[in-house]
Amino acid sequence: MQILITGILLGGVYAIIAVGLSLQYGVARIMNLALGEMLVAGAFAAFWFATAQALNPYWALLVVVPGGFIANWLIYQFLLRPLVRRAKNRGQLEVDSILATFGLSFTLVGIFLWIFGGQFFNYSFLSVPVELFDSRYGQNRVLAFAMAVLICGALWIWLNHTRSGLALRAISVDPKAASLVAIDVEKTSAFAFALGGAVAATGGLVLSTFLTFDASIGIVFTLKALIIVIMGGVGDIRGAVVAALVLGITETLVARLIDPGLTLAAAYVLFLLILLFRPQGLFGRSQS
Amino acid sequence: MRLQWMSKTLGVITLAGSLALSAQAEDPIRIGAVAPKTGPLAGGAAVTYWPNVQLWSTQVNDAGGLLLPDGLRRPVEIIEYDDRTDPSETIRAVQRLANNDDADLIIPPYGTGMALAAAPIFDRLGYPMLNVTAITDQTDALTDRYDGVFFTLGATTPIAQGIAKLAADMKADGELGNRLALVNVADAFGIELAKAAKTVFEDEGFNIVYETSYPPTIQDVSPIINSAMDAEPDLFVAFSYPPDTFALTEQAQVAGLDEQVDLFYTAVANAFPAYRNRFGDSINGVYGVGGVNPVNPDFVAYREAHIEVTGQEPDYWASAVMYASLQVMQQAVAEVGLDHDAIIDYVKNNTFDTVMGDWDFVDQQIENYWTVGQWQGGQFYGLGSTQGMDGEAEPID
Repeated sequence: MQILITGILLGGVYAIIAVGLSLQYGVARIMNLALGEMLVAGAFAAFWFATAQALNPYWALLVVVPGGFIANWLIYQFLLRPLVRRAKNRGQLEVDSILATFGLSFTLVGIFLWIFGGQFFNYSFLSVPVELFDSRYGQNRVLAFAMAVLICGALWIWLNHTRSGLALRAISVDPKAASLVAIDVEKTSAFAFALGGAVAATGGLVLSTFLTFDASIGIVFTLKALIIVIMGGVGDIRGAVVAALVLGITETLVARLIDPGLTLAAAYVLFLLILLFRPQGLFGRSQS
Repeated sequence: MRLQWMSKTLGVITLAGSLALSAQAEDPIRIGAVAPKTGPLAGGAAVTYWPNVQLWSTQVNDAGGLLLPDGLRRPVEIIEYDDRTDPSETIRAVQRLANNDDADLIIPPYGTGMALAAAPIFDRLGYPMLNVTAITDQTDALTDRYDGVFFTLGATTPIAQGIAKLAADMKADGELGNRLALVNVADAFGIELAKAAKTVFEDEGFNIVYETSYPPTIQDVSPIINSAMDAEPDLFVAFSYPPDTFALTEQAQVAGLDEQVDLFYTAVANAFPAYRNRFGDSINGVYGVGGVNPVNPDFVAYREAHIEVTGQEPDYWASAVMYASLQVMQQAVAEVGLDHDAIIDYVKNNTFDTVMGDWDFVDQQIENYWTVGQWQGGQFYGLGSTQGMDGEAEPID
């Protein structure tokens, strides 16, 4: 039970980040390797609110959400749209966007190092225990999980029960057909990309409440998000959430029962198994 | 956060003290410094290494410069290099300091791995190397091989023995059970310490009920703490690095492990002021590696000067030793000048008056040093040392 809850709490935070990537990759078709740096930016914003301003770090949401949205929208408009226009097919866009965002991630890490230096950052926020089923968990983690439920739930309802959400899903299934039914694919893709970035930055804010971070930690979470999105099925929020929880529980299980050094290996084994036996992902439709 | 360093993080910056500028035609003494400003160990260097370089050079220049045997003073100019926590960068920077920058002296790098990588280069270039943050059991072999390499902060086994012997004493007095949870970061430092400690703990009759290592990049330490709790230990010992020292302590408090065990120990960063600032009174009684005598007047004066010049507190372990190593260099130069062989010879054969007390090098090593300490009322007190330091405190519950 304890393993399950610890795993779910961890998986919840993974889910936020993965849902961000899912929006960017599933809808806007950009495999964004600089997503982890958005997360680090969110974490730094929360750190600044918590230490320099001595405020609840969740106040940083007021800055992180619009800031992440605008920054990612600009990135899409100026850096990625030329690639989208030039790309003859999806494969070429993927290769181009991977290269471009890979470079972007190095640039952002360099900027963070320049501004904040290379040391570790952490602050104390709600690190008091709360009892669930006879075990104690940090309140900051439980709150982080609640945030994850809120964000993923809101996105799921929006995607599945509104017209604009429907447009996003339509693009994720087939951008060409979507444009035939009067959906502005370019505008909506930019919106999805920006939204994904804002979600990832929020994930960084949430993570920073209990994790010690530094300027170059982003890549770790980019890779986790990548594994989760592929596992869950591209462009499917539900899949990303389930895969995130599976990954969180697996990591905790391995750390508890086998060895904490093998969590990363376990994540990749899981990834390999999915690729071997269900390459379209847990919830993905097979592409015939 | 060291914002005033912002502009210095990239490339080379020369720190010329204000007096260096007014000293007209006098040639400054050029002193190189190589340590991380970025990368995994930048956080540690920002506490222990760079502030001491700043403090020492400021004090020397405020006094009119570094005293030479002819009675004249020349200002010092510090040439800083960021090695990005990468030993190959460290080596390149040391070579550049010697060959391109014509450094008169070089302050050794920060971190065991980087120091060990640079030792052969210091030897080949003939520079004296007064290591501080280099902890290894190879000190005897290294000082045999390299004539100008010195060690000041200690060796692995005695440091691991510090906590183990303290725990054994407490067990003998009936204050502590024998169930031990032992974890370490899977890095040269953590592995070597855990190995050395394990032998001592086993010899002293401790029963290791939980033992694991974890990668330096670990994100969630709650499985480790939960597993340790399930094993119902009487003492929890972690040979950890800065990020996980914080994470393990926080998670232990959340899960209640710190109440369950009678002895809670973490390693690097435990003696950092940031640790106290983060956890406040809740870490009263927590044990850690290293130590100082925080009420020693020399240390108090050093601490006040450190805060005044750098705007931050020194740590409670390596900071004062780092400063002492610079004092040794200063005193040697005052006697024999800047000739490297003469400095090496002088350091080997003389006693130095430092913030850590009188220092005598035996086989190029300081043999009396702090090994284990404890947070008591907001200060970190040394409890144990290899040969009995002045002011060893008694542990509290």
